[in-house]
Amino acid sequence: MAFVEIKGLRKEFGDVKAVNGVDMGIEEGEFVVILGPSGCGKTTLMRMIAGLEKPTEGEIIINGRTVTELPPRAREIAMVFQSYALYPHMSIFDNISFPLRARKQPKGEIKEKVEWAAGILGIERLLERRPRQLSGGERQRVALARALVKEPAVMLLDEPLSNLDAKLRASARDELQRFQRDLGITTIFVTHDQIEAMGLGDRIAVMNAGRVRQMGTPQEIYDDPADTFVATFLGSPPMNLVEQNGIFVGFRPESFLPAQVVGNGGPVQVFPYEVGRVENLGSDRLLYGTIGGGEQNRTIAKLPSTVPLAIEPGERYDFVVHADNLRYFDKGTGQRLERQPA
Amino acid sequence: MVEKTVDKLRVAGVEARTAEGRRGWYLADREGLLGTLFLAPAVIYIVALVGIPFFLAIAFSLSDVTVGNTSLDFVGLDNFRSVTRTPQFVRALRNSFFFTIGAQIIVIILANVLAVIMSRDFRGKWLARFLIILPWAAPISLGTIGWLWILDSKFSPIDWVLVQAGLLGPGSIFGPGRNMLYLSKENLAIASTIMVHVWRVLPLATVILMAGMTSIPQDLLDQAEVDGASFWRTHFQVVLPLVMPIMAIALLFGLIFTFSDMVVAFVLTRGGPVYYTQVLPLWAWFKGISGGSLSEGAAVALFMFPVLLAVAILILRSARRQEVT
Repeated sequence: MAFVEIKGLRKEFGDVKAVNGVDMGIEEGEFVVILGPSGCGKTTLMRMIAGLEKPTEGEIIINGRTVTELPPRAREIAMVFQSYALYPHMSIFDNISFPLRARKQPKGEIKEKVEWAAGILGIERLLERRPRQLSGGERQRVALARALVKEPAVMLLDEPLSNLDAKLRASARDELQRFQRDLGITTIFVTHDQIEAMGLGDRIAVMNAGRVRQMGTPQEIYDDPADTFVATFLGSPPMNLVEQNGIFVGFRPESFLPAQVVGNGGPVQVFPYEVGRVENLGSDRLLYGTIGGGEQNRTIAKLPSTVPLAIEPGERYDFVVHADNLRYFDKGTGQRLERQPA
Repeated sequence: MVEKTVDKLRVAGVEARTAEGRRGWYLADREGLLGTLFLAPAVIYIVALVGIPFFLAIAFSLSDVTVGNTSLDFVGLDNFRSVTRTPQFVRALRNSFFFTIGAQIIVIILANVLAVIMSRDFRGKWLARFLIILPWAAPISLGTIGWLWILDSKFSPIDWVLVQAGLLGPGSIFGPGRNMLYLSKENLAIASTIMVHVWRVLPLATVILMAGMTSIPQDLLDQAEVDGASFWRTHFQVVLPLVMPIMAIALLFGLIFTFSDMVVAFVLTRGGPVYYTQVLPLWAWFKGISGGSLSEGAAVALFMFPVLLAVAILILRSARRQEVT
């Protein structure tokens, strides 16, 4: 049995089905990312795990205990909100110690624990300050420290990196992952940012319209998407879907290459590619064009700068994809097909 | 070269605008004049209806002016000396503070309770909101007359309920009489006056607090819940500190409304029994208008000024200091 077990979880707000039947098992110490576009139900799912929303139906089990009906304080969870939700009128020390004071722990113990958590996150010198005197990155650490002092069984993080600027976000991501690995706290992280998801998660659960479309390691999700939603949601630019013989053929822009540069490494499929526009991004060139001139078959190719070949807009080239890199999807349901039907 | 052309174009543009603007646009473009014009009504209002009467009151209080003799002869602080020597004044001063502070303490407690209840969802919430705001919408004199009847010495419906409940009448805990005589006994009259003030100020305080509480980010309340804080801890350590600035505003209004109000005391008790519920504004009115001694009335009224000024400065400063960012 998994450490966190979610069974048939549903949540309706009036007519809106925010979460529509989610099953999920999370192992102890695992870092699971719930990824999806805004409005897909990921935050509602997390709030139900936290106990801030009551499920319409279903069950949540944490550490072998059914917590579905329990209030947040009885669930051994900690949560970090997107806004960090630091109490603006309290010092950083009081912010971090708040959960412990709520548990009425002895003063000496509280001080000890706060200093321990502050030490881990490197914010000892900020303890006397107020939240508004802190930078975004420091606030995030304070929020993490406040989650940490509770020594929770599960830590829930709701887009904690999205308020940081791009540069800080990369280093915060790195720190967060190290921190989680060192402490081994089971972590559920909600985001709409696929780079965060790919970079952080041991496993990713991709959600859309209240359901988990696929759950797996970042590699599995990227290489073997379960349906066209997952295929086009992940990857930048996303997977190309080309209609052929009544099904969708999918391939990643980076495996769509000019025939000249591909060696004889196994079978390939050739596409006549009409280039419309070239975007030079420095490390890569993005080509926007169509296959066979059909507007419905708009396709993007991503050529690394190591491919020096001259490509001119308006010209037609032969591009190929290795057969290994082709994925097939049902045109009606969008579900993955194991192989191309004969 | 390019700059010169741009300059020429700019000059041409300005010329075109002023030529056309001599008629309609000219006034609208002169911000200084326009600002003065827009501010003028407010300035005139404050000077004519607040400034002049205020300085007139100071002048009156230092003179021997009466309704019968309107010449202002300077008498120094004689009026202040004479009014402060009367027991009525001392009692009125004490009552003014006691009623005001007592009413505000009760208002803050009740407003907190109501605001917390009103921030929840329940059936008939709109009706509850409507009823809460009603005392504020009613004219104060009419409302107080309503209370006068409710507290009537013979026909009080409260007495009737108490009698029916067996709490009032011969052999019951509230004594043998069938009437409490709310406005005729010293302590009951004081309690009644404070209660009517509470009834009067509570709606505003509740609405202000409700607005303050809705402005607290939901994340913070969720966080407190996740952190395991009980209702009381959340209320006293998270909600109250965050609404403190806005609660200070509610308190400021309450203090000033109650301290400067003469209608409640006038309608309910006229300061009685004896002068046990006398307050400064009513005593000033009795002295100055009813009794015709404008100078003494002004002197009594001026005793309210430093209090109101100090309260206003204090609370506005604390509101600014505690502003949450």
